[in-house]
Amino acid sequence: MVSAPTPLEAELRALAGAVPDPELPVLSLAELGVLRALHVTGPGRVEVELTPTYTGCPAIEAMSADIERVLREQGQAEVTVRTVLSPAWSTDDITAEGRRKLAEFGIAPPRTRPAGPVPVGLGPTRHAPAPAQEIRCPHCGSADTTLLSRFSSTACKALRRCEACREPFDHFKEL
Amino acid sequence: MTAVPVQAALALGDDALVLSHRLGEWAGHAPALEEDVALANIALDLLGQARALLSLAGDEDELAYLREERAFRNAQLVEQPNGDFAHTIARQLYFSAYQELLYGQLSAADGPFAPLAAKAVKEVAYHRDHAEHWMLRLGDGTPESHERMQRALTALWRYTGELFEPVEGVGVDWDVLREHWLKTVTDVVDRATLTLPTGPQTGAWAAGAGRQGIHTEPFGRMLAEMQHLHRSHPGASW
Repeated sequence: MVSAPTPLEAELRALAGAVPDPELPVLSLAELGVLRALHVTGPGRVEVELTPTYTGCPAIEAMSADIERVLREQGQAEVTVRTVLSPAWSTDDITAEGRRKLAEFGIAPPRTRPAGPVPVGLGPTRHAPAPAQEIRCPHCGSADTTLLSRFSSTACKALRRCEACREPFDHFKEL
Repeated sequence: MTAVPVQAALALGDDALVLSHRLGEWAGHAPALEEDVALANIALDLLGQARALLSLAGDEDELAYLREERAFRNAQLVEQPNGDFAHTIARQLYFSAYQELLYGQLSAADGPFAPLAAKAVKEVAYHRDHAEHWMLRLGDGTPESHERMQRALTALWRYTGELFEPVEGVGVDWDVLREHWLKTVTDVVDRATLTLPTGPQTGAWAAGAGRQGIHTEPFGRMLAEMQHLHRSHPGASW
C-alpha cells in the first residue's frame, strides 16, 4: 500500500534522515540514501525501512539504534526499524549534497554510473587501461591519481594516491 | 513471498560463512597491510551474505555455531586451508568467478534469493577483480611466483567440479553457469601466462561431497576454532 506521507510522517522522516552516519558523520542517513521509508502505523507507533550500503556493513545496527533513539525522544513509544535489501543500494543513491560533503571531508565521492553491470576495467600498473571517468584528489583537485588498493579502511572505500600532491586518499568506490 | 528452500539457503550461506572465516584467518598475517585490509573486507562482505542467507534457513547463530561438521553444506573448495598466498588467490578466483555468475543468475530470477543476490553480485564483482589482478601479478611475475601460482591452481582444481552439482531449490542453469565460469577463469589464467589444469574436476573419494555434508580433514579443525567461544560461553556477547 502506498500513500502520501502525512505531515507527522514527513516530520519524523526528516528527523530520522538527519541522523549522522556512524562511520562517516559528515553525511546524514538521508544524504547517504539509506533511509527508504517511514510509516506511522498507529498512535506512537512507527515503522522505518533502512537499507544497508554493503550486505555486511556493521554500521547498520548503530544506525537503527540511533533512529530509534531520535524518534523515541519525539514521543514515539514503539519504533521498529526493518532492514530491506531490495532494491539494492547503489552509490548513485548518495545525494549531490552528500557528494559535496564527502569531497570536503577528504574522500573522493563515487562517480555516477550508467545503468548496467559494474564496469571493472582497472588493472595493475602495467596492464592498466585509462579509467573511463577520472577520480580527482580531494586535497588538490588533480586528476592524476592512481589506485593503491581496491579495499581501504571500510569495504565501501578504495585507497588511492594523488601523483600531484603525493597525498593518499580514500575514494568512495562505485557500487 | 516464495517459500525458502532450506537446503539451498544452507548451501549458499555455508559457502559464504566458511570462506569468510578462512579469509578472516589472514588478519594480521597478510603480506602487506593493504592486503590484510582487503582480505578482511572481502570476508566481511561474505559474512553479511552468510547472515542474510542463514537467516532464511533458521537462527543464524545456532546454524553457524551449534551445527556439527556433517550438517554443513558448503562446497569443499571454500574450506580448503589458506595455504600460501597463491593458494588463497587461486581459491578466490575459482570461487568469486563462480559466485558472481551464480548471483547474477539468481538476481535475474524471481526467487527468494533474488534481493540478496542483486545486492551481493555488485560486491562480489570487486572480489573477482581483486583475485584477477593478483593472479596476473603472480602468474606474470617472477619465476618463483609463477611456479607457486601454477601449483596452487592445480592443487585446488579438483574441488571446482562440485560447484556445478545442481542444488535443489537454487534456480539456475548449471550448464550455462559452468560454461561461463570456465570461460572467465580460462581468460584470466591465460592472461596470467598460466595453464588451466586439465585433470578431473572431482577426484579422490572426498572431492565434491561437501553439499552432502562430507568434508575434508582441515574443516573440522576450522570449525573447532570458529565455534569454540560460542560453545564454551553460551550467550557470550560484547
